Amino acid sequence: MVTILAMIGTYFVAVKYAQPEIVALIVIGVSFFLMVIGYFITKGFEDLAQANRLKTEFVSIASHQLRTPLTGISWTIDLIRKTKDFDRKEIMERLDEIDEGNQRMIRLVNDLLDVARVEQGRMNLKPKKVFLDEIAHSLIEEYQSLAKASNVKLVLQKEDDIPLIKIDPQGVGLVIRNLIDNAIKYTKGGGTVRVKLTSEKNKIRCEIQDEGVGIPKKDQRNIFHKFFRSQNIMKYQTVGSGLGLFIAKAVIDESDGEIDFWSEEGKGTTFWFELPIKSK
Amino acid sequence: MKKILFIEDEPTLQKAIGRYLEQEGYEVKNALDGDLGLEIAKKEKPDLILLDIILPKRDGFEVLSELKTDEETKNIPVIVLTNLEGDADVEKALSLGATTYLVKANYKLEEITAKIKETLGQ
Repeated sequence: MVTILAMIGTYFVAVKYAQPEIVALIVIGVSFFLMVIGYFITKGFEDLAQANRLKTEFVSIASHQLRTPLTGISWTIDLIRKTKDFDRKEIMERLDEIDEGNQRMIRLVNDLLDVARVEQGRMNLKPKKVFLDEIAHSLIEEYQSLAKASNVKLVLQKEDDIPLIKIDPQGVGLVIRNLIDNAIKYTKGGGTVRVKLTSEKNKIRCEIQDEGVGIPKKDQRNIFHKFFRSQNIMKYQTVGSGLGLFIAKAVIDESDGEIDFWSEEGKGTTFWFELPIKSK
Repeated sequence: MKKILFIEDEPTLQKAIGRYLEQEGYEVKNALDGDLGLEIAKKEKPDLILLDIILPKRDGFEVLSELKTDEETKNIPVIVLTNLEGDADVEKALSLGATTYLVKANYKLEEITAKIKETLGQ
């Protein structure tokens, strides 16, 4: 339709203005216009194909992640049924494994429910005035044992006077939790994870910096997509739903903040987010 | 005693199968990643290999194709045991030389043992 209109238009203009230069210019202009439209149509198709590919990967990854803990539970029960000479200590170990599988399922289902809430636009954040450094501090305490087990030094660096901020503490806590969890998980062979808090006159900035495996350049644009997991981490660590960063971005966007990162493969990653200090 | 190698990165699954198959009279070797799996396969020459697909270092497809191109290991039957389920994955595994493709979550250990016995002609 656009092409036909452009051709008819060009014809009338050419009839009206006899000079060939003007006609040539108009033809060039119209061709350029058509090229731009063509580009956007092609790009639209490419984006659709990409979305479709991510959807297929989603089904494959989600079903794998859901099945793995369920298999652990089911096989451990099979083993308990079969083994007649388990002593109490062994039984307790097997029960711990069933429990761990169950906890993994609960976390995954909660993440999936969070995603559903994000997509239906009913995240229902409840902002109240809190000190972000207190939230960060207690999360760091909570993660010390995991950090130690992974040979990671986990430290909080903050300015003295981080002002009160009006946010949903649970939502933003979940963001920091997901970022610390990733930073520890993807630091292989030890290193330091730094959580930095700074404030400017109308916003608070939080950085989570690791010395981990980094995100490959080609995967960086997809990192906030749900269920996306970069190729290199599939090699190191196969546990993970690919939902944490998607949920983190949704919470920060909903809180009128901004979240982004920089990363270099083999050197490390720094995720940061900024939240506005609202006066009301 | 028949020897079985289980290449799997989930310790819970390793322990469950290992203890179960030992009671069925098998000797079980474990490998937590693809590289180690290949190494143990070459050294121990198991009678059968149970192979996961999503593995650290080298994935199950790479391990399978390496096993099947190596003279020393190419005749060892490989049962792919994974929670990845896609027609393309099944096709790929079978075309690379896997004997059977089983989705872990759909099988009890008793049924897996039966498949192992069937494959070993027991």
